Amino acid sequence: MEFRFFYHFGSYLLMLKGMFSKPENPRMYWKQLMQQSVDIGIGSLGIVFIISLFMGGVTTLQTAYQLVSPIIPKATIAQIVRDTIILEFAPTLTSIVLAGVVGSKIASELGNMRISEQIDALEIMGINTKGYLVLPKILGALLMIPCLVVIAGFLGIWGGKVAGVMAGIISNDEFMKGLRQELRIYNIFFALSKSYTFAFIISSVSAYYGYNVKGGALEIGKASTTAVVVSCVLILFADYALSAILL
Amino acid sequence: MIELQDIKKGFGDKQVLKGVSATMEAGKVNLIIGASGSGKTVLMKCIVGLITADSGKVLYNNQDFTAMNEQDKKSIRQEIGMLFQGSALFDSMTVEQNVMFPLDMFGVGSYREKKKRVLECLDRVNLKDAARKYPAEISGGMKKRVGIARAIVLNPKYLFCDEPNSGLDPQTSLLIDKLIKELTLEYNITTVINTHDMNTVMESGDHIIYMFEGLKQWEGSNEEIIFAKDERLNDFIFASDFLRDAKEMRQMEIFRDKNWRDRLKKPE
Repeated sequence: MEFRFFYHFGSYLLMLKGMFSKPENPRMYWKQLMQQSVDIGIGSLGIVFIISLFMGGVTTLQTAYQLVSPIIPKATIAQIVRDTIILEFAPTLTSIVLAGVVGSKIASELGNMRISEQIDALEIMGINTKGYLVLPKILGALLMIPCLVVIAGFLGIWGGKVAGVMAGIISNDEFMKGLRQELRIYNIFFALSKSYTFAFIISSVSAYYGYNVKGGALEIGKASTTAVVVSCVLILFADYALSAILL
Repeated sequence: MIELQDIKKGFGDKQVLKGVSATMEAGKVNLIIGASGSGKTVLMKCIVGLITADSGKVLYNNQDFTAMNEQDKKSIRQEIGMLFQGSALFDSMTVEQNVMFPLDMFGVGSYREKKKRVLECLDRVNLKDAARKYPAEISGGMKKRVGIARAIVLNPKYLFCDEPNSGLDPQTSLLIDKLIKELTLEYNITTVINTHDMNTVMESGDHIIYMFEGLKQWEGSNEEIIFAKDERLNDFIFASDFLRDAKEMRQMEIFRDKNWRDRLKKPE
């Protein structure tokens, strides 16, 4: 087990190292980066939209349920919702969902290209396949996932407000007042640091498992599942590590 | 010319190539034949560098490919075209975009020039009408022809074909064989085909290497293969009951004539 870990870790580092070489045609690499950014960013907007709204709504309702003391002002609910979403839910929950959506797509796409010899065909043409196929995916994820996390944060807070107002728990003014109370800009920096780290984990781990698929169609599915599971576990580890280091 | 010197390759405990030395003749159709598991595909992948051989040398026009750095290997690879067993077309691109891809990647000429070259190649493989179709919309034979068009679009010096007839009906197989043979002569390419199709051997093979259990068992021309004395080769060629009769037929006078094919076509 230990040796398998070192084998995979070594291969993963070699893959990352292999991505960096002079591009055969920078224009084609740029085109590939834009394509990946659209796939990852625009392609995931729908699911991010849905989970953020509900995540915010549920956070408001559950926070209000627990804050029953009359001496705690209602604006505190908004403050807790804001910080919970910025610190944890927007970066971590969104990334866990994106590990499933984006990670499995990256792993299955590369796995399919490996099995159908498309990667070999690119190699034969003299193209650095790690640079052409993997690097744009990682850069695309690093560009788009933080943007998705920011969107998730805004939508989550808005969803929380809508749910709170609709349920009659908190008024619009009280919620807005709570949002402005003791806002720490550092929290936003922390959330973005997490989102960049998670974006790198999701894209590079999924690309590693997809790129190294051996066998047939069944193995593509296995690689895809492994990529999602490993990405999720690493996201949770990184979440803990970053919280311990940065907070 | 491609020269192989003592190529060895193993995977774990299994030694797949046990020291293969051979020469692929320039401007000719060279065939690597042999039963499944004899090491043909591994040998071809070692020649093009998709697999690194454990030992031995691959020389492209006397340049040692195995000892080259990545940059030099890239320059050799740009002289190589390859047709894969499953065609390996890019699913998300149309036929035209597939063929244009190497030209786009290596920035050869203006868009108009590239388009002209692509249409030339598609015309050469009789697929001009399918230019806007996606790989999922065309047949297996058409995919192979697109693969060939993509392989020749950069005017390669070397063309490698991994089982070009697999999954094709006999008529389409013959068409593909004929096309590869014609292109070899037309562009003066050194072609290497990996196959176990005896039709390909007899129709288009100029120089044949027979592999058996990771070793080169026999080497010669398609004129010689019919009369080869090697028992293993004979077992491979005359595998079916029908062909075992043909094995006896080779004793007939007609095969002694160098133009036996013409005589078979026009019986006296």
